[in-house]
Amino acid sequence: MLSKLDAFFAPDEAALKLRGMRQEVIASNIANGDTPGYKARDIDFGQAYQRALSAAQPARLQMTQTDPRHLGGNPKQQLETDLLYRNDLQPSIDGNTVDMNTEMANFADNAVHYQASLTFMQQHIAGLRAALQTQ
Amino acid sequence: MSLFGVFDIASSAMAAQSIRLNATASNIANADSATSSTGQPYRAKQVVFSATPLYANQPQAVGVKVAAVSEDQSPPRLVYDPKNPLADGNGYIAMPNVNVVEEMTNMISASRAYQTNADMMNTAKTLLQKTLQLGQA
Repeated sequence: MLSKLDAFFAPDEAALKLRGMRQEVIASNIANGDTPGYKARDIDFGQAYQRALSAAQPARLQMTQTDPRHLGGNPKQQLETDLLYRNDLQPSIDGNTVDMNTEMANFADNAVHYQASLTFMQQHIAGLRAALQTQ
Repeated sequence: MSLFGVFDIASSAMAAQSIRLNATASNIANADSATSSTGQPYRAKQVVFSATPLYANQPQAVGVKVAAVSEDQSPPRLVYDPKNPLADGNGYIAMPNVNVVEEMTNMISASRAYQTNADMMNTAKTLLQKTLQLGQA
């Protein structure tokens, strides 16, 4: 039963975690808006979410180890995602590629999406609660 | 919970920006200090930021730290004032190499960056509060 509950909430949980992570990445960009040489970064939410949802299948690209000294490779963990670099629009002369407008827009966008994910989860909880209650 | 990282990132940036604001304040305050404790005219101080990862295993959280406070090495501003006791043989005194216009720009930039980071903290706080209310009817 508990594992079913877990699976029921897994998509919401993954979305919230990834949104939280993306919020952190964009916050880093805004915080480093004046740091020389800093390159703005971001994650591809869609791709990371798909990966998190398909993580149910085990042993993705896990290398076979027939000896304890073999390297295990570096398979991506469930919520691990690639930190990408943003294509610079107007790089500064000091090598900084943070575009404050883009970052602020992304920050607000991601915050709204986080709240949307929260609402979806709230709906799932409400549905579950309705099913549990005696009428 | 990764949203807490936003607080750490924003606070590191706010600390760095306030140091920059301090340096700017010193520069503007000393724009006319022809001499100092070293006997030399005051030199403008510039704060150098560097990006620093906040947690060992989380490359996505990058804060700001002050890498160095460097002194502006450009030559002092020479002002002709033969009556001044600090004047050299030709009647010139060396004044600080502070560019007040540059410092004002720095000040505006630092205070705006500080505000942006404070806003960012507020957003993260709102999101976390909503998360805490999750599941309450």
